[in-house]
Amino acid sequence: MSGQEWEPVCKFGDLEVERGVAALVHGQAVAIFRTHRDDVFALGNHDPFSRASVLARGIVGSRGEVDFVASPMHKHAFDLRTGRCLDDEHVSVSSFDVRVEDGVVLIGPRQERRAAG
Amino acid sequence: MTHQRKTLVVAGHGMVGHRFVQAAIERGLTETHDIWVVGAEPRPAYDRVALTSYFAAESADALSLLPTGSYDDPRVHLCLGTEVTGLDAATRTVTLSGGRALVYDALVLATGAAPFVPPVPGRDLDGCFVYRTIEDLDAIRDASRTATAGVVIGGGLLGLEAANALVQLGLETHVVEMAPRLMPVQLDQAAGQTLVRHIEKLGVTVHAGVATEAITGETSVSGLSLAGGEAIEAQVVVFSAGIRPRDQLARDAGLETAPRGGVLVDEQCRSSDPHVFAIGECAAPGGTMYGLVAPGYSMAEVVVDALLDGTGTFLGADMSTKLKLLGVDVASFGDAFATAEGALELVFADAVAGVYKKLVVSEAEDGSYRLLGGILVGDASAYGVLRPMVSSRMALPANPEELILPARSGDAVRLGLPADAVVCSCNNVTKAQIGAAVTSEEGGHACADLSCVKSCTKAGSTCGSCVPVVKNIIEEHFSAMGRVVDKGLCEHFSLTRQELFDLVAVHGYRRFDEIVEGHGRGRGCEVCKPVVASILASQTSTHILERETAGLQDTNDAYLANIQRNGTYSVVPRIPGGEITPDKLIVIGEVARDFELYTKITGGQRIDLFGARIEQLPAIWKRLVDAGFESGHAYGKSLRTVKSCVGSTWCRFGVQDSVGLAIALELRYRGLRSPHKLKGGVSGCARECAEARGKDFGVIATDKGWNLYVGGNGGATPAHAQLLAGDLDTETLVRFLDRYLMYYIRTADRLQRTSVWVESLDGGLDRVRAVVVDDALGLGAELEAAMARHVSGYEDEWRATLEDPAKLSRFVSFVNAPGTPDPTISFTQERGQIQPVMGDPPEPVLLGSTIRVGQ
Repeated sequence: MSGQEWEPVCKFGDLEVERGVAALVHGQAVAIFRTHRDDVFALGNHDPFSRASVLARGIVGSRGEVDFVASPMHKHAFDLRTGRCLDDEHVSVSSFDVRVEDGVVLIGPRQERRAAG
Repeated sequence: MTHQRKTLVVAGHGMVGHRFVQAAIERGLTETHDIWVVGAEPRPAYDRVALTSYFAAESADALSLLPTGSYDDPRVHLCLGTEVTGLDAATRTVTLSGGRALVYDALVLATGAAPFVPPVPGRDLDGCFVYRTIEDLDAIRDASRTATAGVVIGGGLLGLEAANALVQLGLETHVVEMAPRLMPVQLDQAAGQTLVRHIEKLGVTVHAGVATEAITGETSVSGLSLAGGEAIEAQVVVFSAGIRPRDQLARDAGLETAPRGGVLVDEQCRSSDPHVFAIGECAAPGGTMYGLVAPGYSMAEVVVDALLDGTGTFLGADMSTKLKLLGVDVASFGDAFATAEGALELVFADAVAGVYKKLVVSEAEDGSYRLLGGILVGDASAYGVLRPMVSSRMALPANPEELILPARSGDAVRLGLPADAVVCSCNNVTKAQIGAAVTSEEGGHACADLSCVKSCTKAGSTCGSCVPVVKNIIEEHFSAMGRVVDKGLCEHFSLTRQELFDLVAVHGYRRFDEIVEGHGRGRGCEVCKPVVASILASQTSTHILERETAGLQDTNDAYLANIQRNGTYSVVPRIPGGEITPDKLIVIGEVARDFELYTKITGGQRIDLFGARIEQLPAIWKRLVDAGFESGHAYGKSLRTVKSCVGSTWCRFGVQDSVGLAIALELRYRGLRSPHKLKGGVSGCARECAEARGKDFGVIATDKGWNLYVGGNGGATPAHAQLLAGDLDTETLVRFLDRYLMYYIRTADRLQRTSVWVESLDGGLDRVRAVVVDDALGLGAELEAAMARHVSGYEDEWRATLEDPAKLSRFVSFVNAPGTPDPTISFTQERGQIQPVMGDPPEPVLLGSTIRVGQ
């Protein structure tokens, strides 16, 4: 299955701090974010509340210790690490493994759902 | 000492049964009892009140009250798809479908109610449905695939809900109601008529005051014939003519039932057998059956209390109802029909706006007036304040009509409610309980904010209509305790917007990092980042998409366009004063045609172009900029439009050139970032065709010059602008406007409109006049200079974006496939133009939890 492969999507330098970009990975839209610590995270781009593919365009920030993105539609917050919605524990978006190699951002397979789900 | 564990059986797993189990777990009843919950439906309890939103939900799970399918407490056993088929009170045994039997120590009947289907000929034909369960909705959806029209029999709350469902399914929809008006139990004739006008606008045909004679068809429904001869063609019929308690189990077991149905129970919800309780719609406390979820919740709590040897009682319920029905606010509370002796009615009706509000009051012995009840249609914003005024029997203010007149200020919320006033009727929470939650008298945990109070007391957690009142009570409480009320922006800043504005000005900050590291904590969020972006934009003339500020912008500012529901954007070029040449009109038409955009004239004299994908925006703007257009700032919290009438140039009544002034003002203040969006209007005479007094600043021409009005707005809480100064020459007018707008930008709270801002100032409008007209603070020159900097620093954001490859590089669909359109975006055609296709039907209808499911 192609979903298991690592796919290079852009240069690390293409990512702006605390902003997102959308990428087409394994045939689906993925939102990739770079934090102020230069960590890179990838979530499904689809906002389950508005059902529009927009998460990459949200504002990135922190709630307590958790880095999150607020959907630009209705401002629901999603944990960048897990895709868990911080406003509604029953909702989450998919999250993907990310690797940066030689300045290139690679998106890996979709992470297993956290046990809590 | 040893305790024998007891067995508790709950028959029914609807909303009320679920609430009972939750309360039993929370209050420790499972320490002594094993609980067996038996539910007939194949799935755990779900939010039946929001049933219609099932069509818009991804799946039934979205409505579930127990998404995991089981309770965390292992002592609760949930048996779904199982019915209680027999009850032997003598041996305390219930038998279940499947043959199993359970011996109980206590039995709680929560079997709910069943839809009532009147004995109309043809009611058994294929295509006839009831509206109660997810399975019912699935069946209606299947039938609607081949149908073109549907009829709902019954125009009560639930009937209108069902009608909404049929509209969502794309059917031509009719509602037939025997009573002379819709929602006859809750609304009077005038309110019902107002509601009809709203509902008919949505394409639903209402037949009121008429009975159904028969449902016609051979094997399946082909139509309906009404008394009087009228016939309706339809392939789907939904019965919503009331409900009947499901009390057969109790009847067969010989328990007492009420004359009109329902298990007769006492104040502790105990039936004639002391080991059997009944709660919710299957129960009839004191002989009355309650078809609302809130009383059912109260009964659930009372029974848990009784099983813990408590003394809680159920003494009847507040039958108030508030809901949003097909997008229309409707509320009915207390003695809505003025049945009490000496009751008087105060009515406000605006047929044009579709608003009807009625207060029922009575005169007390001391000459003051008390609120008995009321009805609100079209605007139910006052409900949160009014309903507790009924239950608390507090004296009304001297001018009670102000409670229902269009809002002039938020003062209504400050009326001192007594401690025992029930603020949240869904969860029966009083003002005193909210106070207790923030006080912590036992030295335990005390809430510090609204969300904590919501989770601790449940106030405001169900339908939400009381949230503004709850918030106000919390703030009042903190003030009374001498505690500083945190007016900070968010968890990252304990500063107000005004404090932050001053700080940025004093330090000359230009980057969010400097500000949050110096004066805040964490990395910011969707609340504080746009505020900082706005403050920086007001103080500097740099482009809002510079690298330092681009990440702070809400999506509209970040892409210089307005995001729409499917993730596409709309584009609004500026048309100052609404004046446009034919050549420019043609360009807009050509752009819309070439990019296949939906076009609509806006309320602010502009043209909105919808459906642009992110990667199309630069190409669209290239065409518009080349034709001389600039950004209309429809996306920003900034000046939007200055609307004008045609003025003295053409109009036989006009006394001044309103178009010329509107254009000049719009160009002067274009791009001005502010705490909330700003609109202006200029009318050429007192006829006020530009509706200038509905704007943040309004100018109305007089024989001698201009009258300047400030602090108006439309929106959810409309306000009329008030006269600040009269008969001004143009130069003075502009000077005053410069000062007024800058004063607002510097001192208002985040998202505080000018109307609310004026009210919030100590001295209100007089204070604004002192600062702006009389220059009492000596700030005039500074405010004018700040505006002059804005005017001279203005550049068109789109032109600048097109000239900057770094900014343009953000306008791509996918970073690794910049030209590939987002495959999730698709359109259909409607009336010759595109419309977005969402995976599902339009947005779910929000309902208060207190929907009444009977008639």
